[in-house]
Amino acid sequence: MGLRETFLPWPALRQAKAALRGGDGSGRGSSARSRPTDRLQPRTETSDRVVDSVCPYCAVGCGQLVYVKDEKVVQIEGDPASPVSRGRLCPKGAATKQLVTNPLRETKVRYRRPYATQWEDLDLDTAMDMIADRVIATRRDTFVETDEQDRRVRRTMGIAMLGGATLDNEENYLIKKLGTALGAVQIENQARI
Amino acid sequence: MAECHPVGFQWIMEAKARGATLIHVDPRLTRTGALADLHVPIRAGTDIALLGGLINYVLSNGLEFRDYVVAYTNAATILREDFQDTEDLDGLFSGWQDDTGSYQTDSWQYEGTGVASAAGKRQQGAKEQSHRRHATGRGHEHGSHGASLQGLHRMERDETLQHPRCVFQVLKRHYGRYTPEMVARVCGIPEDVFLQMARAITENSNRDRTTAWAYSVGWTQHTVGVQYIRAASVLQLLLGNIGRPGGGILALRGHASIQGSTDIPTLYNLLPGYLPMPHPDSHGSLDEYVADDSADTGYWGNMRSYAVSLLKAYWGDAATADNDFCFDYLPRITGDHSTYKTVQAQLDGVCKGYFLNGQNPAVGSANAKAQRLGMANLDWLVVRDFSLIESATWWKDGPEVESGEMRPEGVGTEVFFLPAAAHTEKDGSFTSTQRMLQWHHKAVDPPGDARSDLWFWFHLGRIIRAKLAGSTSDIDRPLLDLTWGYSTHGERDEPSAQEVLQEINGWTADGAFLSSYEELKDDGSTACGCWIYCGTYADGTNQAARRKPHTEQNWVAPEWGWAWPANRRLLYNRASADPEGRPWSEKKAYVWWDADAGTWTGHDVPDFQPTKAPDYRPPEGAKRQDALSGIDPFIMQADGKGWLYVPAGLTDGPLPAHYEPQESPVPNLLYGQQHNPARQMTKRGVDRYNPSGDEPGSQVFPYALTTYRLTEHHTAGGMSRWLPYLSELQPEMFCEVSPELADEAGLQHLGWATIVTARSAIEARVLVTDRMLPMRVHDRLVHHVGLPYHWGSNGISTGDGANELTHLSLDPNVHIQEAKALTCDIRPGRRPRGPERLRLVEDYRRRAGVTDQTGTAHRTTKEGGA
Repeated sequence: MGLRETFLPWPALRQAKAALRGGDGSGRGSSARSRPTDRLQPRTETSDRVVDSVCPYCAVGCGQLVYVKDEKVVQIEGDPASPVSRGRLCPKGAATKQLVTNPLRETKVRYRRPYATQWEDLDLDTAMDMIADRVIATRRDTFVETDEQDRRVRRTMGIAMLGGATLDNEENYLIKKLGTALGAVQIENQARI
Repeated sequence: MAECHPVGFQWIMEAKARGATLIHVDPRLTRTGALADLHVPIRAGTDIALLGGLINYVLSNGLEFRDYVVAYTNAATILREDFQDTEDLDGLFSGWQDDTGSYQTDSWQYEGTGVASAAGKRQQGAKEQSHRRHATGRGHEHGSHGASLQGLHRMERDETLQHPRCVFQVLKRHYGRYTPEMVARVCGIPEDVFLQMARAITENSNRDRTTAWAYSVGWTQHTVGVQYIRAASVLQLLLGNIGRPGGGILALRGHASIQGSTDIPTLYNLLPGYLPMPHPDSHGSLDEYVADDSADTGYWGNMRSYAVSLLKAYWGDAATADNDFCFDYLPRITGDHSTYKTVQAQLDGVCKGYFLNGQNPAVGSANAKAQRLGMANLDWLVVRDFSLIESATWWKDGPEVESGEMRPEGVGTEVFFLPAAAHTEKDGSFTSTQRMLQWHHKAVDPPGDARSDLWFWFHLGRIIRAKLAGSTSDIDRPLLDLTWGYSTHGERDEPSAQEVLQEINGWTADGAFLSSYEELKDDGSTACGCWIYCGTYADGTNQAARRKPHTEQNWVAPEWGWAWPANRRLLYNRASADPEGRPWSEKKAYVWWDADAGTWTGHDVPDFQPTKAPDYRPPEGAKRQDALSGIDPFIMQADGKGWLYVPAGLTDGPLPAHYEPQESPVPNLLYGQQHNPARQMTKRGVDRYNPSGDEPGSQVFPYALTTYRLTEHHTAGGMSRWLPYLSELQPEMFCEVSPELADEAGLQHLGWATIVTARSAIEARVLVTDRMLPMRVHDRLVHHVGLPYHWGSNGISTGDGANELTHLSLDPNVHIQEAKALTCDIRPGRRPRGPERLRLVEDYRRRAGVTDQTGTAHRTTKEGGA
C-alpha cells in the first residue's frame, strides 16, 4: 500500500498539495480528481461501434447514437448532429438503454390454451405454424364474397389487427399488404386513439 | 408540449428567447404554461368556442390578412341559396335527418358545383347518394386531399367579399355570436385574458410575422374533434398563417411512427398514400373507383397513377390492364370498421381472431372493460410486445377477474404472446411528426424468441402462402399472387427492411428506382407501394438514412432524413409568396418565383409545379394540376384554395360550431343543440353515459374530467411502466384536483380518492394543486379532475387505468373517442374491492337515473328536424 492510497486521498491534503503546485486552491477542477476518477472511461469511448438510430418513444424523432460493445447495447445517447434534437433526449429517450436491455423483457413465447389458468411454453416455430393455421381457418370460415345487401365485398370480418404506430414503416407496409390480401379490413392502429 | 414533447419544445424556448410570445391553452398549468408568457385556462371541451371567439375577433375588427384571404382561400366563393347555418337552425346546419342521425350534405356545396360521383348519379341520383355516403361513415375518405368538385368552371366568386352568400360573409355571420363575453361564459376564460390572447395572435400575423398553433390529442379526442382542427384552420387561413415559415397547425404526435402508420396506413379506411379503401356502392371497378374519388382538377387528378402503381406493387406481374390490375382483390369497406367497431364486432362474436402489434387496448383504448370483454369473446389472440402487458394477461388477472365477472376457466380465448424486437434490434424507418422519414440501423440481435414485426409478418405470410400453395379457391388468389419475395439474412432469417422500403419507393418496369411521384404511370409500367413516399429511395440511395449534421447545411436541413412528399419540409409553401410570386416580406421569404430563370426557387423544395408562372391561368378544359392557376397554392384541393368553409367531405358541418361534450357539466350556451348531433354512440350496456348539463341526475357526476400524459411515461405504459428509471420518476397513478375541490369533496393531499363514471370506478392518489383551478362557467363554478392515463395492473409501476372511466361516444368523421372531456364524481378513500366495485357503480347509475337512453339524443333543438 503506497503513501498516496493511505494518506493523500484526504481532500484537504490533496488540495493543499495542488495549491502548492500551482493548481486550483479552492479545491475544484484537477485538484479534486483522484486516481480512480482518472481510471474511469465512458462507455461511449470503449464501445466497439456506434450505430445511428432514432428515439422510439414520441414522434419528435430525436436522433440517437447506440453504443455497442461485445454485441450488447452499452449506452444510448442523443445525436448532436440531428437538426431535430441537437443531441438532447427527454427522460423517456434517456431511459432507452433500459428499455432495450431490460431484464424484465419477455424473451420466450408464452401460450395460453382456451380455458387454461396458466401460461405454457411454446416453441417459436410451432407458434408461427399454429397462428398460420388459425388465420387460414378463421378466414375460410368467415370470408364472404357479398354482404347481406348482396354487394360484392370479398372480405373477412373475422380477423382484426391493431397496432403499428410504434413500428417501422416497412412493418406497417407488410401488415397492410398481407392483411389486405387476406381480405381483412379491420386493420387499425393508435392513430385512431 | 414541454411535458410530452420536451425536446421539440427547445425550439419554442429558442423562439421565445428571440422575442416570440408563447401562449398556453390548457385546463392545467403544466411545464408549458409555467414557461409561457400567458397561460389561458380553459374548460375542457370548449376550444371551438375559444377559436370561434378568435375568428370573430379577427372578422369583426377587420384584422384578416386580406390579400392572402382573397387570393388563396375560398372566402370569395358563393354558396348555394338553400344552405342554412347554425344561426338559422339553433345549432344545426341544413340537411339534418332524424331517421339516420346524420346530415344530407348537398345544400352545403358551392353554388353551381357538385360533389356527387358519376357512378352515384347513375345509381340513384346525386342527392340521395351524398346522404348515403355520409350515413355510412364515408366522411373519412379524404385523408390528404379535399373532396372532388364537379363543374368548377361554374363556381362563382366575389373577390370584394361583399356577396351575402360568399363564404366570408357566411363566416362572419356564423361566428358573430362568439363574443369575448360568450367565450368567458362558455370556456371560463376571463375576458381580459381572451383579449390579451386575441391581440397577441392578430398583431403577430401579417407580412412580417406568422403565428403557429401546436396541438395534440387534447384537440382530437372529442366528439367534435375534427372540427377543432378545422376551427384552427379557419383562423390560420384568415390570418395568412398557412404555407408560411413559422406558421401552420402542427400536430404533435405521440408515437415514433404514428405518422408513418397513417401514411402507410394500418387503418381500415385507407390504402397507402391516402387512397381510399374501395366501397361497393361506387367502386365496383378500378374505373369507377378512380372516377368516384379522383378530382378532375388538382393533383388528386393523378389518383389513377397512384392506385395502379400500388396494385402493381402488391400483385406484380399478376396485375395487368386486362384484369383491372387485380383491383377486385381488394376487400371493400361498407361503413365504419374502426377499432371501436371491431370491439363491438368481438362482443357480437363476429370478429374471432385479433392481432395486437405493440398496442395495449386494455389500458390505452377508451372503455377498457369493453376492450377486455371483446377479447374474452375471441377464438384466438396474438399479442406482440416487450412484456406481458395487460392486453395479454386480462384473462388471468384483469379487473373482471377481480370482480368475479370473469373466470379464467370460463374464457375460451387462445392467447399467443410473442416477444418483440426493439428498434435497436432491427433496421427500419420511423416517420416523425413533421413527415420526415428517419432510418434506424440494427445494432444488435434481439434476445431469445424476440423478433421484429417485419420478421413476424413476413414469415406468417410465407407460411400461409406455403400452406395454401396449389389451392384453386378464388379467395386464395390475392394471397398466392401477392409479391412476397423479400430476401432474408442471418440466423433468424430476418427479411430485408431495405427491400421493403425500395418497394414503397417504387420502380419502373425495368427495375430502376423512381425518384418522384411525378413519374408514376397509370398503365402498369410503374410499381410504387406508397406514392407520397416515392423518392425516398431515389438514385438507389436510402434517403431516409441521410444524416448530414445540421451544422453543415442550411436551416431547413434538407439533407437529414427525407420528408414526404418530394423532401418538402413545409407543405403548401407557394403561399409563402404573394400572388405575384414575391415573398410577402424579406423576413418571411421561403420560396419565390424567379422570373429570369422561369422557375420557383427558395430555401425548400417548392410545393408547386416548378415552372408554373404566377400569371398562369388555366385554359378551358384543363385537367389535374394544370387546371389550377399560378395563384392556387393548395394543390391537393380541387379548386386550389384553402378551405375556410368545407363544401364536402365532413359529416358534421361545413363550419365548426361549439357543441358540449357527450358528458358536460353545463348546457350549451350558444345553441339549443347540446351535442354534436352526428356523433357516434355504441348505446350498449357496457357503455352507459352520464347525464349532462341540466338534465336530471347530472349533479350525481358534477365534475369535469380530463385525461393526459406525463413526461415520464409513454401512452399505455408498455414502453415505460416496466422501466425502473421511469417508474421511479412517476411511481403511481394519481389524480390532480384544486384545493377548492379537495375541500368540497373532502380529499386529502397524498390520500386516496375514488373517481366514478357510469362505466366504472377507479382509485388514485390525490395531488392537491393550484395548477388546476376552478373556473367560473355560465352560472356555476366548474371543477376539473385531471387523470394521467398510463397505468394498469402490470409492470413495476402500477395503478388503475383512467380508461376504465371513459366511454365510446365518438367523433363521426374519424371515430376517435372523447377522452379529453367527460364528467365524473370524486370521493375520498380507496375504491371497493371485488364485486363491491360493480355495486358502487350501479348505485351511482341508479341515483343518476342512467338508462340506455341517457345522453343518446341526437337532435336536442326544436329546429332543423326532418
